[in-house]
Amino acid sequence: MLAPPTNDAVINVRDAVVVLNNQAVLDHLSLDVFRGEVLGFVGASGTGKTVLMRTILGLLPKRAGTIEVLGVDLDKANEAERHAVERRWGVLFQQGALFSSLTVIQNVQFPMREYLNLSARLMDEIAITKLEMVGLKADVRDKFPSELSGGMIKRVALARALALDPEIVFLDEPTSGLDPIGAGDFDELIRTLQQTLGLTVYMVTHDLDSLYEICDRIAVLSEGRVIVDGPIATMLQSEHPWVKEYFRGKRGRAVGVSQAHA
Amino acid sequence: MAALKRARQSCAGPNQRYCIQMSVALTGEPLLRSRAQGDRLHLAAAGSWTAQNASDLEPLVDDAVTASKSVDGVDLDMAGVENLDTFGAWLLERLLRGFAEGGVRITVIGLQERFRGLIKEAHLSNRKLPEPPGEDMVASVLALLRHGFGLLTRDVLLNVEMFGALVVASLRLLTRPRSFRMTSMVHHLDRVCWRAVPIILLITFLIGAIIAQQGIFHFRRFGAEVYVVDMLGILVMREIGVLIVAIMIAGRSGSSYTAELGSMKMREEVDALQTMGLDPIDVLILPRIVALVIALPILTFLGSMAALYGGGMVCWLYAGMNPEIFLARLREIISLDHFTVGLSKAPFMALVIGIVASVEGLQVKGSAESLGLQTTASVVKAIFLVIVLDGIFAMFFAAIGK
Repeated sequence: MLAPPTNDAVINVRDAVVVLNNQAVLDHLSLDVFRGEVLGFVGASGTGKTVLMRTILGLLPKRAGTIEVLGVDLDKANEAERHAVERRWGVLFQQGALFSSLTVIQNVQFPMREYLNLSARLMDEIAITKLEMVGLKADVRDKFPSELSGGMIKRVALARALALDPEIVFLDEPTSGLDPIGAGDFDELIRTLQQTLGLTVYMVTHDLDSLYEICDRIAVLSEGRVIVDGPIATMLQSEHPWVKEYFRGKRGRAVGVSQAHA
Repeated sequence: MAALKRARQSCAGPNQRYCIQMSVALTGEPLLRSRAQGDRLHLAAAGSWTAQNASDLEPLVDDAVTASKSVDGVDLDMAGVENLDTFGAWLLERLLRGFAEGGVRITVIGLQERFRGLIKEAHLSNRKLPEPPGEDMVASVLALLRHGFGLLTRDVLLNVEMFGALVVASLRLLTRPRSFRMTSMVHHLDRVCWRAVPIILLITFLIGAIIAQQGIFHFRRFGAEVYVVDMLGILVMREIGVLIVAIMIAGRSGSSYTAELGSMKMREEVDALQTMGLDPIDVLILPRIVALVIALPILTFLGSMAALYGGGMVCWLYAGMNPEIFLARLREIISLDHFTVGLSKAPFMALVIGIVASVEGLQVKGSAESLGLQTTASVVKAIFLVIVLDGIFAMFFAAIGK
């Protein structure tokens, strides 16, 4: 929503090395995420997809490499610059990570209270707008997270991630645990919001349907680095054994079916 | 305009917030300008209708709605708006709804195509709002009292229920001794008893020393220093030993039991146990309580000894009383009765601490705040009940002449 930065990539990862338990989980990994795209990030379980996301967010330290988000190198930035960048992204954690002692509406308003100085009335109205945008009704506003179903928790967490109209949204396995209809709705929601708000979406996922339906580009993580990246067509043409097994193996979707949806 | 363009180019990177405000100042264009002309109101919107400017924009919007009440029609020119996010879209919607409520005719021009999606979303939102919750019942003192009393009775019932469940579990155990979780009990015994020994010894040693020191200081006036040993011996053996140790253990182990059981409840681990056909009382609570009941008398004994030691040290170093004199006097005063009175209270106190801790732990709801509340309640209630129990025992022993 603000003036675009000078280069087109909103996230720049160069030669990142992250070591956990004496093992190089990310080994000189490089990745670019471009403005306005939906990037799907896949890899076998435990290969470090969430580790990369957490490293970009600054939750995990790295041994080497540079990461730039929205033109700011987070290692070199001072606290004010870091906070300014953190306000411009939103994160959806895998289990929602809602604050358990706050109601739904208080959860969504939390970033607004921290960073903006708004009247209570406006905060309430905006929070309800966000909740309705993610497909919930206004009467969930006073429920506590422990009273919500799994799908509702994810939606509230998404509303909170979008509270400040960020430019980048990080989603960690957003459709895991959702039924096929719920997962399909969620995919459509991401696509609509991405188009309406002009978001860049970085999505870690296992869900082949999400990858087919809404991802502009897909990056595959294996052995600590990105081995293939590109649109779904590139994935389907790749000869790398793991990529083949993933996209064309036992659970792969027939290309014909997916093209009928596209 | 050139000035604005230059300002915008330098707006890359982390200083964008300040840049936007600067760019507004540079061009001097306010976010919403209004001009009344006869019976129409002309509004011109400009700048960034985004989250950063929302707090400035809101009063402007409200003023415009108020101003519209006195006119027939409003012209709104949105061409000058460069950026729009959900905050701006909602404020625009509020503006339009405010005009519509006043029955004013609105003409909107200059709305950019790229904002249409957001504006449509805002138009549909905030339509079906829920009923506000009912009047808070805690309005009158009477209602407060009734609420409090209800909580109290519910509490008492829960504790009695837990006691009953434990009795049933113990009886069941007698028929099938093998099914007792010995490993679990020994693990808790290690945590509650063995690891608590250093801190209990230290505290009771100090308490004994303090009592002796105060006694000597005051008895010295009557030349009756030797009776400090009487006071120390009887007080420690009958009351202080057991009470201090019970309070320490309530704080240390009671809170840990509550926190453990509480987080298990939060994570649905207790539910998982039940679905596997196991009784949480047998698996979780019984071993803990048995460990506590074994631990407390042991710790009471050790604590009493340490307190006597502490008192003896002080008598020796402060009052110059030889250890032989101290021990001789102690032997005269202390009888088996005193010892048993003190020690026999210990298992009952352990039972009380264990039951309260378990009940509070299982009361934990889904939030972190609730865990904190229940842990606090557990410690406070346990300490309170331990002291009340001590009082009841005092009356009991006085009645039977011990």
